Amino acid sequence: MSAAGAETGPAAIGAEPAPLLTVRVERKVYRRPGRRARTEAVEAVRGLAFELHAGEITCLIGPSGAGKTTTLRILLGLDRDFEGSVSPEPSRAGIAMVFQDPRLLPWRTIEQNVRLGLPRARRGRDLDDLFESLGLTSWRAHYPGALSLGMQRRVALARALALEPRILVLDEPFVSLDDAAAASLRALVVGAVGRTGTSVLMVTHNVAEAIEIADRLLLVSPRPAHLLANIPLERLRAERDRAWADTTRRSLAARFPAIVAL
Amino acid sequence: MALLARLLSLAVLLALWQGVSVYADIRTLPAPSAVLAFVLREAETGSLLFNVGVTLARVAVSFVIAMSLGVLLGIALGRSRLADRLLDTPLLVILNTPALVITVLAYVWLGLTETAAIVAVALNKLPNVAVIMREGARGLDPGLEEMATTYRFDRRTWIAHVLLPQLQPFMVAAARSGISLAWKIVLVVELLGRPNGVGFAINYYFTLFDVTAVIGYSLVFMSVMLAIDALLLQPLDAHVRRWR
Repeated sequence: MSAAGAETGPAAIGAEPAPLLTVRVERKVYRRPGRRARTEAVEAVRGLAFELHAGEITCLIGPSGAGKTTTLRILLGLDRDFEGSVSPEPSRAGIAMVFQDPRLLPWRTIEQNVRLGLPRARRGRDLDDLFESLGLTSWRAHYPGALSLGMQRRVALARALALEPRILVLDEPFVSLDDAAAASLRALVVGAVGRTGTSVLMVTHNVAEAIEIADRLLLVSPRPAHLLANIPLERLRAERDRAWADTTRRSLAARFPAIVAL
Repeated sequence: MALLARLLSLAVLLALWQGVSVYADIRTLPAPSAVLAFVLREAETGSLLFNVGVTLARVAVSFVIAMSLGVLLGIALGRSRLADRLLDTPLLVILNTPALVITVLAYVWLGLTETAAIVAVALNKLPNVAVIMREGARGLDPGLEEMATTYRFDRRTWIAHVLLPQLQPFMVAAARSGISLAWKIVLVVELLGRPNGVGFAINYYFTLFDVTAVIGYSLVFMSVMLAIDALLLQPLDAHVRRWR
C-alpha cells in the first residue's frame, strides 16, 4: 500500500493517492405512479458522498431500508436517475459486483458462470488458482442448483475476482450463512484484497463483522440516507482482538445509538 | 416397466377392437387386421409414402415459419408494452378465428396453391406460439438482467446465455403443442384445396365410403407424429431441463 502510494508520482507525495471512485449522491427520489396520474415521491438518499481507495476495505453500515442498495445501484450504473455524480463513469471504473442473492445462471455450470463474467477476449484464461483458492475446484462442472447458498456465494465471489477488478462491491455477502461459512467467506475476501490491492466496498448491517475487517466505516442514517460519519479504523487487521473490537463498538454505540446497538 | 404398461394397454385396445369388429358391420368398423392389410397394400403401391411425405413436408415448412415468426413476435410482445398494446387485439382476433375460416380465406385470396396451404397452417398456429412466448418473455428474471448489465455482457452473450435459456422451456412447450395443432389443421387444409397428401387421401376414401382406408391413413399419420414427439421433442425437452 505505502509502496504503491510512493510510486504514483510527485503530485501524490504527502497527500493521499487519488481515489479509485468518487461517489456523490445529492438526492435520489423514487417516484411511484399513484392513482389518477398523481405520483408519490419517496426520497431515498439525501447527501451521501464518499471515496474508495486502493487496498482499503470500506464498510457501508446503516439500518435496513436506508437506501444502501439504492446507493450501490447508482455506483454500479444501474440507476442513472439521481442528482449527483459518480466518477469515473461506472462502466469504466473496473467494478465487479457480488449481489446479495448470488445471481448465477442456473443453466450454466460453475465454471461457465465464472468465465461468462469475463470479456470475450479473456474467457479462456487460466482460472485453476482462483477455483483452488476458493475451494471450488471439484465443483467446476456442477450446476449452481447443486450447491448450498454459501457455496453459491463463493462462485459469485469467484466470478467477481476473475475480472481482477480495481473495486469489489459486496452487498450483504454474509447474511443467512452459518457462522463457519460466513467466517470462511470473509477470510477469502480479506485474503483476496491482501493479494491484489483491490478496493472493497461492502454493504452490511452487521457492525461486529465490519469492525473485524474494515479499514473505514461509513455510517448511514435511516431514510433518506445521508452520511453520519466516516470513521477510519487504524489498527492492523491482524492485531484486532476481542478487547479492541468491544471498545470500538462501545464508542461507536455511544456516538451513534440509532445505528450501532451495544 | 412404463414401456411395458404402454404396450399392454395398446394390445388390450387392439384385442377389443378386433373383438367388437367381429359383431359390427364390416363397412363401418373394419377389423384391425383388415386395416393393416390396407396399409401394407397402400405402402406397396407407393401412394402411402407419397401422401404421408407430402403432408409431413407441409407440416414441417409451416411449423418452421410459424415457430420463427411466433417466437420473435412473442418476445416483442413480452418485452415492449407498446407492441403488446398495438398487437394484442389482432392476435386475439386470429386466435379466435376458426381454422376453417382462415383456410377458406387463404385459398380465396391466394388461390388453390401450395403457398396458400402453408400460409393457412402457419397462420393458424402462429398466434398460439406468440402467446406462449409472450408469457416467457414477460417472466424474465430482473436480477439476472442487472447482473448481465454490471458484468457488461455483450449482446451475443446475453442472448445465448441469459435470454434463450429462460425462453427455452416456453419454446419447447410451443413446439409440442404447435406440432399437434399443425398436423390436425394441415389435413383440413389438404381436404379443402390440395390434390395430394393425407387429408386429400382421407377425403377421397371418405367419398368412396372406404372406412378401412380412412382409419388406415389416420393411424399411420398419427403414429408418425407421435414418433416425432417421442423421438425428437421429448428428448429436446429433457435436454433443455437438464440443469434442474
